[in-house]
Amino acid sequence: MNQYQLIKLAKRVGLYALIAVVLVYAVFPFYYAVITSLKPSGELFRVDFWLSSLDFGNYAQIFTQKSFVRAILNSIVVSLSVVAIALLLGITASYALGRVRFRGRTTVMLTILGVSMFPQVAVLSGLFEVIRALNLYNNPGGLILSYTIFTLPFTVWVLTTFMRQLPMELEEAAIMDGATPWVTITKVFLPLMWPAMATTGLLAFIAAWNEFLFALTFTLTDDQRTVPVAIALISGGSQHELPWGPIMAASVTVTVPLVVLVMIFQRRIVSGLTAGAVKG
Amino acid sequence: MTTQATDSAPRVGRPTRAGYRGTKVRRQRVRAAWLFLTPMLVALALVAGWPLLRTFYFSLTDASLSDTAGATFIGLENYLVHDDGAWYGLLTDPVWWTSVWNTFFFSVVSVSLEVVFGIIVALLLNAEFRGRMLVRAAVLIPWAIPTIVSAKMWAWMLNDQFGILNHLLMALGLIDAPLAWTADASLSMWAVIMVDVWKTIPFVALLVLAALQMLPRDCYEAAEVDGIHPVKVFFRVTLPLITPALLVAVIFRLLDALRVFDVIYVLTSNSTSTMTMSIYARQQLVEFQDVGYGSAASTLLFLIIALAVVIYLYLGRRQLGVDQ
Repeated sequence: MNQYQLIKLAKRVGLYALIAVVLVYAVFPFYYAVITSLKPSGELFRVDFWLSSLDFGNYAQIFTQKSFVRAILNSIVVSLSVVAIALLLGITASYALGRVRFRGRTTVMLTILGVSMFPQVAVLSGLFEVIRALNLYNNPGGLILSYTIFTLPFTVWVLTTFMRQLPMELEEAAIMDGATPWVTITKVFLPLMWPAMATTGLLAFIAAWNEFLFALTFTLTDDQRTVPVAIALISGGSQHELPWGPIMAASVTVTVPLVVLVMIFQRRIVSGLTAGAVKG
Repeated sequence: MTTQATDSAPRVGRPTRAGYRGTKVRRQRVRAAWLFLTPMLVALALVAGWPLLRTFYFSLTDASLSDTAGATFIGLENYLVHDDGAWYGLLTDPVWWTSVWNTFFFSVVSVSLEVVFGIIVALLLNAEFRGRMLVRAAVLIPWAIPTIVSAKMWAWMLNDQFGILNHLLMALGLIDAPLAWTADASLSMWAVIMVDVWKTIPFVALLVLAALQMLPRDCYEAAEVDGIHPVKVFFRVTLPLITPALLVAVIFRLLDALRVFDVIYVLTSNSTSTMTMSIYARQQLVEFQDVGYGSAASTLLFLIIALAVVIYLYLGRRQLGVDQ
């Protein structure tokens, strides 16, 4: 009996040790970035595991830089617009795909799935031409437009799965009362879809906030960049003298909102991700 | 869904399909459906369909970035051309073939590692322990961090002179001299894989975890009663049951890995030892301004991914639920 308990204890210890390893692995790089960003520049090149003093010099430096503040604003504008467009187009499309049976529905669903798997670089030259023709080059508008290629298919797909799960009776009652499809969507489904829309909106926001290739290619000047590009292009005197302090400060600044969002909406994000893949 | 509808909706009526389709409500709904789909379809045509066709077309021209309109048609010359006794074009460029090889190497190695570690993390998160929710949230952090930021964070940790990784490895006595993780041609691909694996384990782990939580309990109780070793239970019961979810995760990750760009661009920029197809195509398109040649590379990448998608649709039809 005693031996049995010992084995049980050993298993428990092993489990917690493994969890600790996973935790350190997942969190340490971010933790180290935070530490680096809070070091005075003189101590930057000494490896420390703990913080001995707080120094906000790096943050002061990036926030007095006009282009970085501008990049944050650009990122916010672009991401929020992308979310709004994706949800607006997504909710109506998902009603059509989730609630109505019509010929060609499978084709449309497969098209959407296909688009969501496009390599971005495959449309780069064509999209470049479209954006220039619409006079949106080096403009947040061009990014908002191009980001629909990856946010829209995903939003439609996930909202459609959610839309299908809603009970049929609701819609029947609306039809009996003579409601048009538009009224059915806005008055009956929309109030019920808020949780799903929050999830997909959040995922679309994160995707737009993190996008790099289009933002790098379709913008030219510092005042039109988004944060990922701004961070990637921070450079020092030479390639080997990158200003790591400010880079880490900028990295932490753009990541903290996302980490907070993920912590708060953890359950929603998980359900959204798995709805898009497993149940999809 | 439709049977549900007809069963409980006497107004719409059960009769034949043709009768159902003929009702006024039905016709109104189908018309509304197409009306609602139109904006989305137009948007997708504008940002995906048309640009893709233009890319195909550009790959057959000598277009340059500054003048895409004045391009002339040159047939397949961007891909392969015989001139003056020698072959030229994309298909003869050794750098292109290096980038094809790099892309596949990166995809296969990183996705395999992600799946193995993803399953381990998922099994761990599926166990009962205190603070489980907190650990699950913490594990999600790498997934939430922008790729660019994670690449920069790792670039700092992998820094050859001041990086913490070299510091740790030297302190442990595993290496004698600092390693140039991102500059050394034999190490840089592994550095890139390391960062990608770190960032995407959470995604795989979450999908596997969702599948684990839907598993029937009685199998495990039966196995426990019979005294079967947990490792055997995992390979005989758990693994077969989560295979569908695993397949979905693998394909999603594989498609992502085949078009990888951000991590590599930030960590090693245009170095040949880590150049992938996306990096190669963008370099030709934007930096060398050669839209025709770059589009040819993009087109080949698209065809490779399209092939993967077709295989996915074929294998995953059951999970998709698009066919009734």
